[in-house]
Amino acid sequence: MERRDFIKKTGQALALAAITGGTGFLFHNRQTTAYAPLLFKKTDFGISLDHSLPALTLARDSRHIAALNKALDGIGGIKRFVKPGEKVTIKPNVGWDRTPAQAANTNPELVAEMVRLCLAAGAASVIVADISCNDPRRCFLRSGIREAAEKASANVILPADDNMVKIDLKGKILNVWPVMRPFIETDRLINMPIVKQHSLTSCTIGLKNLYGVLGGRRNQLHQDIDQSLVDLMSFFTPTLTVVDATHVLMRGGPQGGSFDDVKIEDTVICATDPVAADARACEFLGLTADHVGHIVLAAQNGLGKIDYKAAGYKEVA
Amino acid sequence: MTIKTIRNLRRISQFLFFLIFFFLILKTNFNVNFSAKDPNLIHLPYPVSIALQFDPLVALGTLLSSWTLYKGLIWSLVILIPTIFIGRFFCGWICPLGTLNHWISEVRSERAVRKGGRRIESNRYKKYQRIKYYIFLLFIAAALFGSLQIGLLDPLPLLARSIGTVILPTIHTAASGTLIWIKSLGIPAVGSLAQSIYDFLSPLLLNFRLVHFHTIFSIALIFTTVLLLNLIFTRFWCRGICPLGAMLGLFSRFALFGLQKNEKSCTHCNECLLHCQGADNPDIGHPWRQSECHLCLNCQAACPESALKFKFFPEQENTRANPAGEQKVDISRRTVLASVIGGVAAVPLIRSGDDFKVNSSAQLLRPPGSTGENLFLEKCIRCGQCMRVCPNNALHPTLFESGIEGIWSPILIPRIGYCEPTCTLCGEVCPTGAILQLTLKQKVGDDSTPPNRIGTAFIDKGRCLPWAMAKPCIVCEEWCPTSPKTVYLVEETVVDRGGNKVTVKQPHVDPDLCTGCGACEYACPVAGKAAIYVMAVGESRSPDNQLLLQRKKSKAL
Repeated sequence: MERRDFIKKTGQALALAAITGGTGFLFHNRQTTAYAPLLFKKTDFGISLDHSLPALTLARDSRHIAALNKALDGIGGIKRFVKPGEKVTIKPNVGWDRTPAQAANTNPELVAEMVRLCLAAGAASVIVADISCNDPRRCFLRSGIREAAEKASANVILPADDNMVKIDLKGKILNVWPVMRPFIETDRLINMPIVKQHSLTSCTIGLKNLYGVLGGRRNQLHQDIDQSLVDLMSFFTPTLTVVDATHVLMRGGPQGGSFDDVKIEDTVICATDPVAADARACEFLGLTADHVGHIVLAAQNGLGKIDYKAAGYKEVA
Repeated sequence: MTIKTIRNLRRISQFLFFLIFFFLILKTNFNVNFSAKDPNLIHLPYPVSIALQFDPLVALGTLLSSWTLYKGLIWSLVILIPTIFIGRFFCGWICPLGTLNHWISEVRSERAVRKGGRRIESNRYKKYQRIKYYIFLLFIAAALFGSLQIGLLDPLPLLARSIGTVILPTIHTAASGTLIWIKSLGIPAVGSLAQSIYDFLSPLLLNFRLVHFHTIFSIALIFTTVLLLNLIFTRFWCRGICPLGAMLGLFSRFALFGLQKNEKSCTHCNECLLHCQGADNPDIGHPWRQSECHLCLNCQAACPESALKFKFFPEQENTRANPAGEQKVDISRRTVLASVIGGVAAVPLIRSGDDFKVNSSAQLLRPPGSTGENLFLEKCIRCGQCMRVCPNNALHPTLFESGIEGIWSPILIPRIGYCEPTCTLCGEVCPTGAILQLTLKQKVGDDSTPPNRIGTAFIDKGRCLPWAMAKPCIVCEEWCPTSPKTVYLVEETVVDRGGNKVTVKQPHVDPDLCTGCGACEYACPVAGKAAIYVMAVGESRSPDNQLLLQRKKSKAL
């Protein structure tokens, strides 16, 4: 063998060996933890307290938009919650393929009015979003929420896989979980639940409504629902809770179906204290908050006051 | 109008009909108009299955198997009657699968591969072209005895099924995968450019969500084979296999329109033969075959001497230009008889095996509004329109779940998607009435009407969290859409491993109320095999497959 040939062949073999070995070392991963460092965003959307104002207001009016405006004015008006140029995300309950009269989803009139109020207060944009249980296209259509919110110039966002982001919620039960982006990438979060019976948690109001920000197999959270709801509310502090008690689903919740299960209450509650809001609203279902596990636990964890009257409660006419 | 203009018109026609077909499949999709006046009633904006209703083979097949011509199938006469007078214009001018085969053959076929005499010879009429008539006769005979198999090879259902369950989902998977990959590169400008391209294309081509279909590999394999065969023989499928082409060939037996050859001006350049789509011998010296001709008019347009002319009442007597005169369809009485006997015999042969009456899959959930299995197999053409329109990706092609007779017919797989209670779209798009159109009231029921049931849910107590593992859950009850709920809860105190008493709510199913929609199975948090699952027993379409002696009426939603 000639020297030139020897050098050439050995060189080729060495080069291939170097590439092979280098590839192995380049991709070698000694890390055994399952998750890479995750994105963390500020999710405290709360506002500073003002003790001259009540923590929750309740208004009754068969004209539902008027009821909302009265309750909101009683708690300081929209300008207290939304500043010019801010991005607002509204989280109604759009969980089910049901019509407004079936009381499974938040009243579309109230959602639309909230959108208008935020925009009038100078909000840069208002997003209406939820992760529905049934097909989201059908839920947003039959609930009337997409049409009403879009007419009020909101940006309605339906859940999609590419719109989810995995974040660490740093709770006792809730750790790394997919969350829909508009609920993190915003300045203000307005929680707009409807009052419904639920077989596991007795009621689903504001605390339970926040479930809708989660993707993934969130049904598994039922195994420790009280703690997971508290974890969720500890992470996402809403700016304002607006409880729709215009139609209350007394039985067959959370998706209902029969008009016999719906009771008309024509009531809207606005609250800066999310626990007090749920404590007052669960009374529509004949419950007292002391017997509702997740509300009690939320109060114990300092998320709000279970004694809503002590928190500062006002009924506005 | 010159012959070249007419040929261009044919090209435009092929392109347009292909586009229409593709568009209709694209629009067989739940994409609602959000300002619907009555959100209770959700319908598709176009009659998306109209293309399939123009298919004469679907019409003939379902007519012979069920003795009715469902809804829009009467439109097929618009294709069939003109065929009797002028021949297989459908194959050359309209058929979207034929057009696809035509285009691929143009790219590369034996005309590009073979040289000289072999090239000329390979485009002449061949004996294998008779196979399509035997396939047609076999399927028709089987249809007459109640087994509708024409959909397996009928070009329109084949193409609809392939585009709907294979091509479009594959495009979607590839597009979203590419987008994720580009974004993961971490170059913001490139990422947002890719996103805007994706956002532009997605409403045109992609579903609302990525869909997955069961067993589509078998569909993909056949479709790819049909397309690839064009590389070896020009329009091999159309010439040799297509049972619709065979049917139209037989119906053009008495056509008045045809090819007239003029021997005197022919220079034997063989241009006509080189451009022939149907391999029907347009050249001087061989018998022209009406039943094989697609009326593409390429031969006439290619002839430099104007020796060929399509006209009404052509002179086709036995001459040297056209030996043996007018040609009948090239099939022998003996093989015709054999095909028919084969088709007739195949039905009892298949049914002496795993017939649905004795051993159908317990999980064979048919779409809501489906007819009884007998009638279903007489009507389903496996076009896949129901699968494509289903908003929840609940409907899938079977492989052998309904026996070999029901291959690629729809099955509902609740673990992938459940039946949305207020949705009636699958019955709306079914072109043959295998799935009947339900009104909202017939679907969900009310005080006077029972709901449409596709099965009954059962609980697997060994897997259910409150039953087996002393853990709270109730998700199945939460998701149950009937009013009152089919899934009811009974509070029980159970003991966990540590000896602690735990109170849980254990789910039970009320079979009187269950519609088998599968929402419970879909939502069950027990990953893998669900702890609550739906079986076909109790389905409305079968009086025999019932669990209860009497059913109470489920209340309206």
